[in-house]
Amino acid sequence: MRAGDHRDEPEFAALLEDNPADLYENAPCGYVSTLMDGRIVKINRTLLTWLGRARDEVVGRMRFADLLTVGGKLYHETHFAPLLRMQGEIGGIALELRTAAGARLPVLVTSKVRAGADGRPLLIRSTVFDAGDRRAYEIELLRAREAAEAARAAADRAREDAQQERRRLQEVLATLRRSLLPPALPDVPGLAVAAHYHTASPDDLGGDFYDLYPLGDGRWGFFLGDVSGHGPGAAAVASLARYTLRAAALHDSDPASLLAILNTAMYEGQAGEETHYCTIITGVLTRAGDGFAVTFASGGHPPPVMLRAGGGADYLPTTGGVLIGLLPEAPSVTVVAELRPGDTLLLYTDGLIEARTHESTDGGTDGHSDDEGRYGDQALLTFAGHLAPATPGGVIGAMAALLDELGEGLDDDAALLALGVTPDAGTTGAGRRPGR
Amino acid sequence: MLAHGFGCDQNLWRLVAPVLAEEFRVVLFDYVGSGRSDVSAWREERYATLDGYAGDVLDICRDLDLRDLVFVGHSVSAMVGVMSAAREPGRFAGLVLLVPSPRYIDDEGYRGGFSEQDIDELLASLEANYLGWSATMAPLIMGNPDRPELGEELTNSFCRTDPNIARVFARTTFLADSRADLATVRVPTLILECAEDMIAPREVGAYVHHAIPGSRLVTLAATGHCPQLSAPEATAGAIAAFAREGV
Repeated sequence: MRAGDHRDEPEFAALLEDNPADLYENAPCGYVSTLMDGRIVKINRTLLTWLGRARDEVVGRMRFADLLTVGGKLYHETHFAPLLRMQGEIGGIALELRTAAGARLPVLVTSKVRAGADGRPLLIRSTVFDAGDRRAYEIELLRAREAAEAARAAADRAREDAQQERRRLQEVLATLRRSLLPPALPDVPGLAVAAHYHTASPDDLGGDFYDLYPLGDGRWGFFLGDVSGHGPGAAAVASLARYTLRAAALHDSDPASLLAILNTAMYEGQAGEETHYCTIITGVLTRAGDGFAVTFASGGHPPPVMLRAGGGADYLPTTGGVLIGLLPEAPSVTVVAELRPGDTLLLYTDGLIEARTHESTDGGTDGHSDDEGRYGDQALLTFAGHLAPATPGGVIGAMAALLDELGEGLDDDAALLALGVTPDAGTTGAGRRPGR
Repeated sequence: MLAHGFGCDQNLWRLVAPVLAEEFRVVLFDYVGSGRSDVSAWREERYATLDGYAGDVLDICRDLDLRDLVFVGHSVSAMVGVMSAAREPGRFAGLVLLVPSPRYIDDEGYRGGFSEQDIDELLASLEANYLGWSATMAPLIMGNPDRPELGEELTNSFCRTDPNIARVFARTTFLADSRADLATVRVPTLILECAEDMIAPREVGAYVHHAIPGSRLVTLAATGHCPQLSAPEATAGAIAAFAREGV
């Protein structure tokens, strides 16, 4: 060994100096031994120095818990002491010493029970480490964790608030949306009616609207339209259109006259940056034999589909009409058609034919879409042709399912109104004529 | 029925329960939020008052249809027992209040031994020690029904609980004032205090003894707040003698 060869070297002197007694007294940590009841029987100089106390103040006079802060004593009595009793040892517990001068000294304490020869617990040996720096670091960690938890709680609250706000908005929108449509369709003698409104997004308003209303003398008025754009502005204009038409129809029910009145109201009513126009079909139903005569005018609206009693479907051409509310004058073309028993006339808004389709997964859309990947009017005609003959309820049911299937592909709301002749119209219809 | 107090769980009765079991039917339990209870059943509203803990005691009494019950409550559980007996007196044959205190904080004309600041310090101590525990606590808190040994291996596990639950229990325990409840006691009552206990000092034992007419006060030759660990023979002996009389 090198040390044996060089006994006068400083390492050897240091080794001699580091005897067990000196190591105990001046160790870099505190040592304290107590009886099982906590009374201190031995304590090293390091710990006494930290506490600022003399040995005879402590040994035989104080208990280990007496060295702690009051909160530390509570923790010692409720956690530390029982655990030590049950486990025989306990490690790394953070406590605070109270020094003679009243200062607090954060420490980490590890204790072990020493049993006598008969196995009975005899005394408790503890080592005490100065944990000032570490506790400061831990307190920083705790603060950081508390801050993170507070931030997360705040984010949760904000998200909850936003969700609540969204639900509230959706309720308001649903109420507004209902105001654009009749609460229920009237019961028209001899006429079967069904309607459907498909909402593209609960967070937005479309501008689709429709109505069916009595004109007296056994005649009924109807309309279905679509205001350009989305949102509250479009909805407000749709509401304006609906009430204008209903009020005007009291004086003049002629479909083309109604469109002219609506055009004037909308054109002159345009204000601000948002300009809205609409496409619309207005019409009048009049009993004719065992069916109805349908007179209607279109202002730039997609043509209605007639599903025939004998099968097949075709568009009723409405060329010539222009958008309503865009120009000072809006000439329109009036069309007259016959609604025979078994026929169903379908009016719809362009939310349907402009829906985006996905050819690859496309099932219910009959594999049809136009060049731009839209559902398109050819697909609609094919779909309706397969359905015919069908009652208004049957047509609306199938169309509603189709709209659900198009799902996300629908950018705009879609309104549907189907009119047909009830099967018994020919025999009992006369009995239900006005004056019943 | 042996009810644990704030800090640890039913393991604290490990030296006493076997002795009592030789003579009596012994019911051990952990309050919801402590020990191996179903932590998911814990709700702050319920366990922020001692009434919630009394609810646990009475739930067990009803489930097991317990009658002629001698309830032994350690520390804060002593007052839980007093409240339980007031709510369903028919079930209780006697109460053993082990180192009880109806109020830990000093008040005018009353010395409980602590101030509110002291309780804040305790909460800080809880926080400080959970920091080191939280990582290893996770499996215990989450529960590993298929691997119970995970829980067993953890040291200090008898006194572990979710930090938030411990904070609520600590506040409920140490900020409660149940002095008025002592007057509701109508069953034979044994008060066991320790010769030296900084949490429930002897003057608090005397206060409880005076407040419950006909109660008996026995001072155990023990130090600290857990005589069932530090003096198990004497503690078990006193409980058994009292229960024997009642039966």
